[in-house]
Amino acid sequence: MTEPLLQVDGLTKRFGGVVAADAIALDIAAGECHAVIGPNGAGKTTLIGLLAGEIAPERGSIRFDGRDVTAVAVHRRSQLGLARSFQITSLFADFTALDNVALAVQARSGHSFQFWQDARRQAALREPALQALDAVGLAARADARVDRLSHGEQRQLEIAVALAGKPRLLLLDEPMAGLGADESARMVAMLRRLKGDVTMLLIEHDMETVFALADRITVLVYGRVIASGDPLAVRADAAVREAYLGEQDARHV
Amino acid sequence: MKAARKAFGVPLPASWFTPRAALPALVLVILGLVPVYAAATGDPFALTLFGRIEILSIAAVSLNLIMGYGGMASFGHAAYLGIGGYAVGILWKEGIASGFVQWPAAIAVSALFALVVGALSLRTRGVYFIMITLAFAQMVYYVAQGLDRYGGDDGMTIGGRSSFAGIVNLNNATQLYYLCFALLLASLFLVWRLVNSRFGLIIQGARSNERRLRAIGISPFRYKLVCFVIAGGLCGLSGALLANHTNFISPAMMYWTRSGDLMVMVILGGLGSLFGPLLGTVTYLLLEEALSRVTEYPGLFIGPALLLVAIFMHGGIEGLFGARRRD
Ligand SMILES: Nc1ncnc2c1ncn2[C@@H]1O[C@H](COP(=O)(O)OP(=O)(O)O)[C@@H](O)[C@H]1O
Ligand SMILES: [Mg+2]
Repeated sequence: MTEPLLQVDGLTKRFGGVVAADAIALDIAAGECHAVIGPNGAGKTTLIGLLAGEIAPERGSIRFDGRDVTAVAVHRRSQLGLARSFQITSLFADFTALDNVALAVQARSGHSFQFWQDARRQAALREPALQALDAVGLAARADARVDRLSHGEQRQLEIAVALAGKPRLLLLDEPMAGLGADESARMVAMLRRLKGDVTMLLIEHDMETVFALADRITVLVYGRVIASGDPLAVRADAAVREAYLGEQDARHV
Repeated sequence: MKAARKAFGVPLPASWFTPRAALPALVLVILGLVPVYAAATGDPFALTLFGRIEILSIAAVSLNLIMGYGGMASFGHAAYLGIGGYAVGILWKEGIASGFVQWPAAIAVSALFALVVGALSLRTRGVYFIMITLAFAQMVYYVAQGLDRYGGDDGMTIGGRSSFAGIVNLNNATQLYYLCFALLLASLFLVWRLVNSRFGLIIQGARSNERRLRAIGISPFRYKLVCFVIAGGLCGLSGALLANHTNFISPAMMYWTRSGDLMVMVILGGLGSLFGPLLGTVTYLLLEEALSRVTEYPGLFIGPALLLVAIFMHGGIEGLFGARRRD
């Protein structure tokens, strides 16, 4: 078997007395869609922060694509192909949608010390950016400023920006957060289209979505992995039913 | 054709003559005609006043590059005016009158100073950044006060303007004026190219959301530093012009209130818009001139006026004329 794309081992992070990540171990194979679920405050966003490099772990290691990236800076990890979306939308709010994506393409192309040519007239940047916008269904809104986009459109743009860098691994932190039913369904359909092309770590609350999309699921409670495996096994797991699913079912149904 | 360009994601050129472009265009035309007026009336005062406006506009354009586009609110920008001016004055005093030496020296030393200040300040933000840039400027101010050979606290009269081997004669007020005018246009053109380039988009991205910038793979520090150095060099040039304009250098050129004035001009005109600093400088200096004729304390009126701008006019004067498109 080939080495997994992402290998996480013993990852630990405390905030004061709160253990947000407790010796997390996790493997993600190339091509896989791996969901991480868990109740609020379980440490899901912290895990993304650790993987993206925004949060430094106290212990543990992260191997990505065959190299140890535990101490690698955020922007370097991004250049290596680790792209993320934020749970709370974080974009260039005063840029147009297209400029947001084009800047991500530019960042990935590695040539930003160009001082004279008009970057908005470079097809090498604009074409891939438009394609990424198109992939998330935002092409018609390319020239709209981000702060004029609806919340749903901003969520879509988050994905387009992440996709624009042609990432090896996409870290998606609750991409459906705050979306209405229709928007949510569209987002799920889009993630389904992406599945297989891009390796994904997907954090999501809604069980149906998770079971519909994920190849494998990891369940996080109080920073600890309590179960990990294929959806059927996780659904059947007694600890999961007790710690998480029961509570969720009670809330959602 | 339009559709094809749209499909490639290339923006269509915006129509040139919008209400937004009209005001800066008018101001530039008026600036260009000032020497004609001065010659017709035989009154050199207009040349002096508007020459000063052009020179400080260049300084404001430079500050706008870092503060308006880059979100780096430097509160020590007058230091570069001073360094540029002192480069000219010191070289003159030491017998080097050639502008071909003086001006590049003014730009280079200012840029170098910006490199040092930027390297030490750009990793901080907010109030800390403002305080560090201010501290460096005050340091240069006190150093200049201590330069007894070059006038110390009182400053020094420069006995001759920079000479350019007969290509331009700066002792001719009209030629000096038009050189300032040309350099103002050139600095506007430079900033226009810069902010729309790949580099410029990174700079604006850093202003907008540094976290996002890192997430897409860019660490902003180096870009901000380069931007800071470019702005420093440009403001140093403005200082060299100022020294030629007034034939005088003194530590007062870089007192912290001067830095404050520059900030005010930029904010008044409209942060992060290409022509904002020009409009802001024109407004500020004309207002100051007019008020100084009726009161001893123009600041007493300019201060509250500014407060109103800050509260009610987002986008400054530039923002009054039509919706902002991204320059
Ligand atoms: N920057 C922080 N400082 C202090 N505590 C934090 C910080 N980030 C997260 N936490 C805490 O860590 C725990 C996990 O948070 P988080 O990763 O956001 O959970 P989730 O995304 O699963 O809802 C929570 O108890 C939260 O309060
Ligand atoms: Mg979260």
